[in-house]
Amino acid sequence: MLKYSLRRLLGMIPMLILISIVVFSLAKIMPGDSLSGEIDPNNTNPEYIAEMREKLGYNDPLPVQYFNWITGFMQGDFGKSTKYKTPVADVIIEKLPNTLFLGIMALVITYILAFLMGMYSGRKPYTIGDNAIAGINYVMLAIPSFVAAVFAIYFFAFQLNWFPFGGSVDIIVEEGTPEYWLSRLHHVLLPAIVLGAMSTASYTQFLRNDIIENSRKDYVRTARAKGTPIAKIYNVHILRNSIIPLVTFLGFDFAALIGGAIITETIFTYPGIGQLFLDSVSSRDYPTLMALTMLLSFLTLAGNLLADLLYGIVDPRIRMD
Amino acid sequence: MSANYASTHKTPLLQVKNLQTGFKIDGDYFNAVEGVSFNVQRKQIVGVVGESGCGKSVMSLSIMQLLPEGIGKIRGGEIEFEGEAISKLSDKKMNKIRGKDISMIFQEPMTSLNPVFTIGYQIQEVILNHEKISKKEARNQSISLLKSVGIPRADKIVDEYPHQLSGGMRQRVMIAMAIACQPKLLIADEPTTALDVTVQAQILELLKSIQEANDMSIILITHDLGVVAEICDEVLVMYAGKIVERATVEELFNNPKHPYTDLLMKAIPKMDEDVEKLATIDGLVPSITKMPQVGCRFSNRCPRAMPECMTITPQLGEVAAGHETACLLYDASWPTEEKRQREREGASAV
Repeated sequence: MLKYSLRRLLGMIPMLILISIVVFSLAKIMPGDSLSGEIDPNNTNPEYIAEMREKLGYNDPLPVQYFNWITGFMQGDFGKSTKYKTPVADVIIEKLPNTLFLGIMALVITYILAFLMGMYSGRKPYTIGDNAIAGINYVMLAIPSFVAAVFAIYFFAFQLNWFPFGGSVDIIVEEGTPEYWLSRLHHVLLPAIVLGAMSTASYTQFLRNDIIENSRKDYVRTARAKGTPIAKIYNVHILRNSIIPLVTFLGFDFAALIGGAIITETIFTYPGIGQLFLDSVSSRDYPTLMALTMLLSFLTLAGNLLADLLYGIVDPRIRMD
Repeated sequence: MSANYASTHKTPLLQVKNLQTGFKIDGDYFNAVEGVSFNVQRKQIVGVVGESGCGKSVMSLSIMQLLPEGIGKIRGGEIEFEGEAISKLSDKKMNKIRGKDISMIFQEPMTSLNPVFTIGYQIQEVILNHEKISKKEARNQSISLLKSVGIPRADKIVDEYPHQLSGGMRQRVMIAMAIACQPKLLIADEPTTALDVTVQAQILELLKSIQEANDMSIILITHDLGVVAEICDEVLVMYAGKIVERATVEELFNNPKHPYTDLLMKAIPKMDEDVEKLATIDGLVPSITKMPQVGCRFSNRCPRAMPECMTITPQLGEVAAGHETACLLYDASWPTEEKRQREREGASAV
């Protein structure tokens, strides 16, 4: 298992190098560069600009520029955000807890809803309840998240006043107090519900279909012949088999957890990685953009690795020795 | 007390009375088992033989109430176990019997075990379902059960998963599970069909020795007459959902009465004969939806069919001591009404 993980981690390196080249090239192709943001507006002397360009290495050949960037990147120097004028790492670390909080809350909501609905549907397929669940799930899947988010804000924040309409915490509360944490929870709940409840469809339907398929397997008949109650057969014997294919989704979720929900975060003006990402695109904050793209690529690869390792844990047949 | 003792030991262990099991096809029920009656005595091994699709498995699943939910249903008749009617018990009450008093092993050892649980877990489950003991005791029992069914390294295998074992080993595990609570009746539904010939013999020997050691009764469902000859006491021959012949093993092999049984016997390849082509029975079992409602169900394939076979339904009748058959070639199989009529007309059967 350890050997396998190490081998997989090493295997990620060429992939990451390729991704970094793509990210770097895209940033180069895009119009403008970091210098335009850095320059003192009172000093637009072309000679000074040319001198700065030379000093910052913009005139070096591309491979050299790439090499300089990647060496710094490897050492944890992601560059300086041209918008915030602070190191990119600091900007990301500042936003990360918010995104993690939102991501985990949304994922918990998705899991709870999807497992409840999927297990019910799988046990009672082709009934009214099953059809209703499928209907709800597909409607939710079909509604774009920005529409759902806008409506949620309108009804629950403005009409009913149950939740705040944006932000991640009230300004007036003192950091670290219980009120502070309650306020954060209060702020995260609405975007988390929108994000979580909208994405139950794949989990629910996958779980349902797998439970139906497994309930016809021979081992279910064996368990029945042993006098095992039907509820235990569904909740232990079948469920344990049916979570195996769901592990694939978990790999994607892992990247989404930290990558943030770009649209939802923006609509809720929730200061997280998703919002930062969109911001960095519109304000040409290339160092931040590149660092985030690299981070997300790495997390996607790591998520896949995590899913593959988890397969071994949930399915003894593909366990690595 | 003594009267009670006597009565429980006089009644057969299992009595199946006029069992009718149907399957729902396009909204209508069609009987896959049509009026089957038989008894299983204590310590007896009863073989049930017949072609694929003749209702053997459905009959055994009916006894356990393991018919596919919403599709298969017991539509008539009674099943009594130790004198108690069990065919209408609730699932909860049936769970107390399944695995404890009656247990079952299946044809496909490769898929009959749950792939994600250890062998030990799956054996312990049946013990913990029926006995109030600790997990540790159950584990120890599982290990000794595995040893008793001839599994080497039982203390290692107990923590292994089904995919790590061969088919024969898995069937041994199934047997260990089935005998864990020392049931009075074991239903073995084609336990050796999916196994190698050499392994088949070992599994049969194992079943026989367990049956003798535990004073257990066995219903052995098979389409292999060789298996029947090897270990059974009594044999039921089924065709198209009905019992067509019932006899002791010796009687059946020496003196088969029903043309179907006779043809089955002839289909067994013989070691001392050199033939190009093995004997077969032409045609197929009629499909469940096209089953003739009157007459003998074998008549369309029977080489000795008479005109009456199409119109008169034969009944199981005794043709020799302890030997019953349902075929109009024998007087005993004629229904009373038709028999009287025939006697009036002065005709006589064989």
